[in-house]
Amino acid sequence: MPNNAMTMIRQRVSWLLVAGVVALIFVSYGATPAVTTALLASTVRQSTPLVLGALSGIFCERSGVINIAIEGMMLMGAFVGFLANVYTGNLLVAVLAAVLMGAFMGLAHAFMSITLKMDQIISGTVLNILALELTGFFYQQGLTTQGKLTPVRIPVLADIPLIGPVLFDNPPITYLSLVLVVVVHILLFRTVWGLRTRAVGEHPKAADTVGIDVIRMRYINVIIGGMIAGLAGGYLTLEAVGSFERAMTNGRGFVALAVMIFGKWTPLGAWGAALLFGFANALQTQFQFLGISTIPHQFVGMLPYLLTIVVLAGFVGRARPPAAIGQPYEKE
Amino acid sequence: MRAEVVLEVRNITKSFPGVVANDNVSLTLHRGEVLALLGENGAGKSTLMNIIYGLYHPDSGEIIVKGEKVQLGSPREAIEHGIGMVHQHFMLVPVMSVVENVMLGIESTQGPFLDKRAAAEQIRQISEQYGLKVDPYAIVEDLPVGVRQRVEIIKTLYREADILILDEPTAVLTPQEVEELFEIIEALTAQGKSVIFISHKLKEVLRIADRITVLRRGKVVGTVRPEETDEQQLAEMMVGRSVLLRVEKPPREPGMPVLEVDDLWVRDETGHMAVRGVSFRLYAGEILGIAGVQGNGQTELVKALSGLKHAEKGHIRIAGQPVTNLAPRAFYELGLGHVPEDRQHDGLILSLPIKDNIILNTYYKQPYSENMVLKHDVIAETAKRLVEEFDVRTPGIDTRAGALSGGNQQKVIIAREFSRPIRLLYAVQPTRGLDVGSIEYIHRRLVEKRNEGAAVLLVSTELEEILALSDRVAVMYEGQIMDILPVDEATIERLGLLMAGVRDATRTAQTTN
Ligand SMILES: Nc1ncnc2c1ncn2[C@@H]1O[C@H](COP(=O)(O)OP(=O)(O)O)[C@@H](O)[C@H]1O
Ligand SMILES: [Mg+2]
Repeated sequence: MPNNAMTMIRQRVSWLLVAGVVALIFVSYGATPAVTTALLASTVRQSTPLVLGALSGIFCERSGVINIAIEGMMLMGAFVGFLANVYTGNLLVAVLAAVLMGAFMGLAHAFMSITLKMDQIISGTVLNILALELTGFFYQQGLTTQGKLTPVRIPVLADIPLIGPVLFDNPPITYLSLVLVVVVHILLFRTVWGLRTRAVGEHPKAADTVGIDVIRMRYINVIIGGMIAGLAGGYLTLEAVGSFERAMTNGRGFVALAVMIFGKWTPLGAWGAALLFGFANALQTQFQFLGISTIPHQFVGMLPYLLTIVVLAGFVGRARPPAAIGQPYEKE
Repeated sequence: MRAEVVLEVRNITKSFPGVVANDNVSLTLHRGEVLALLGENGAGKSTLMNIIYGLYHPDSGEIIVKGEKVQLGSPREAIEHGIGMVHQHFMLVPVMSVVENVMLGIESTQGPFLDKRAAAEQIRQISEQYGLKVDPYAIVEDLPVGVRQRVEIIKTLYREADILILDEPTAVLTPQEVEELFEIIEALTAQGKSVIFISHKLKEVLRIADRITVLRRGKVVGTVRPEETDEQQLAEMMVGRSVLLRVEKPPREPGMPVLEVDDLWVRDETGHMAVRGVSFRLYAGEILGIAGVQGNGQTELVKALSGLKHAEKGHIRIAGQPVTNLAPRAFYELGLGHVPEDRQHDGLILSLPIKDNIILNTYYKQPYSENMVLKHDVIAETAKRLVEEFDVRTPGIDTRAGALSGGNQQKVIIAREFSRPIRLLYAVQPTRGLDVGSIEYIHRRLVEKRNEGAAVLLVSTELEEILALSDRVAVMYEGQIMDILPVDEATIERLGLLMAGVRDATRTAQTTN
């Protein structure tokens, strides 16, 4: 009984908070349309690498493989995408290079954790360290890129006040991430591939006894996960910043992992969680930029995180990871 | 006259490191028949079935399905040949719905999307055809075991299997569910399906099988028809020596009350009151059996009586000492021995070796420890002695408890509990899932303890076991003790009524007068 009451209260509080946020957006839009629009646009952009990172994690973990290497996969994708941009000057080629690099990282993770049956945390850590060292070693200062991906206005839709500039005036990878959220959600819960992936992550033996190739399913999912993490890396160098810096992922891969968990291993959930994280970041930047507050900026910096924690704690409840996660599959 | 042969297994041999699990095994299955495969735990039944289902590959031998010699490299190929298997441990994804579980691997689709509606429709048809009631959209983890088993059977029928392998399907079922399962099996064979029914329970096999093939230590001992054999003969074929199915016991000589329970109330995990005002006395030198359908408060009662669960109300005394809501150690120190219901979870630490499991409730005492340091040589010596004395079949005392068969795990627990000086013993479902040899052994040990003057509380859902061992029988229904009868007044019919919550009519009349 007390459990139910808690859930009720938690749900009410979180809905109140959501309603509050929406109301706040409208009020602030009424007062300062420009600032509000900028804030929300920045939210979407900040959340893009997190959403992509979380999707990468979802592919791996739903099939039963822990992926703490999102950070490393992103970083390698960012670096290789950047190099491809420097040497070819073709942004499409550069994005593909980032994705391909991610796929390669995924393959490495799959080989270590599925075939060699290494501890998956260790396999992921190895990849993270490798990515950090490799990119640090090969990076040379002074390489210049030849432009970055720029926003594409979608006619008509972009003219809607508030929503238009926030959602329909974005660069390509940001659009792609929004499309991917929906596509992956449908893939996971409405298609044969998704059903089998979830089965393999929950009860591989059961999947095996109905003729599903567990090893193959896991390999492919982990490689796809790597590709999406590579794309997230490409977002950083080819769309957000335009150049590479050492360790530029700056922990986003790990935040993406948290986002995936807060989103209960579902794409839509992860998207919501990523938006919240993005919003928290954007808000903090705005506050500091405008210098509205008289309280020390460190506290202003904390506020959005507090908000995030409260809302997430309210929404999420108990999250249950896929049951077979982290366990290599052995026959006989 | 004989129906056509649908499956023939010829000279199958399969070895695992250290054991020959199947040794030149052959058997045949005819259309529309129930072939029982009978054998003790470890006899090689599951191994043989896994070979027929393509999960294991035999070292030698051949399999012929409907006259065609086949190579079964994977379950997929077995399924294609019309073979379906319900595993001993269910192969269902708990968080998914029935439809998702059933369609997994041969999904119906509409364009790129899963077509759950079509699959659910097909499940409904199968349900109706064979009397397998189930809601296609229920989530598997919310379903009782009996229904999960139906889902497994539907899974095989959905794949159009006509040879069904059921591996120990009754091990997890209540007597009523077993009866329902038998009706389903009869419906299946009546419609031309063939069933291999695996069990080590003699009564069941005699009741449902058309023919019985007995396996012992990987070899076929023989095939018999139920009408030409009986329990005694089957037990001997299975174990390889004559077995005592009846337990001999001298008349009861009741002594002092050892356990006194007054108006006990206990909640279950979800907060419901599971034990509602239970009172009884248990005397030295007797076995009090607690009968009842599973889930009527027996589990919670025993947990409260051993300090593992908080009692809301009431009093418990052991040997005159109040122990209500004390820590379990207080109970053990007063001479309680406990053979718990869930032996793998509450009885043993599966990841620890036998020798550590042997001293789980005495490790802190002389002679096993001194000045807070364990004395490994003494422990090892004790463990070796007990393994011998209690006939635990194991490579050694360093073997993990989890690596033992069920019967041997239970023997480790019994060795631990019986080697301490105990005056009170709880045995909860002590023989569930065990083979005839182990059951016989455990029954003998329980009666021995009683004869030595211990007070024994036996909780079991198997009426046979209760009637064979008890001096008095209590029946629990919805958290209450309906009645306590001396065993010679406890007929199956009378107990059955009490178990269903019907109080003895004549007695009620007397009390109201
Ligand atoms: N995968 C395996 N690896 C090693 N030994 C096994 C394996 N499966 C079964 N065995 C051994 O083979 C023998 C037969 O086991 P099993 O077929 O499960 O018996 P049953 O089903 O009749 O209880 C046992 O000694 C068991 O320990
Ligand atoms: Mg078995």
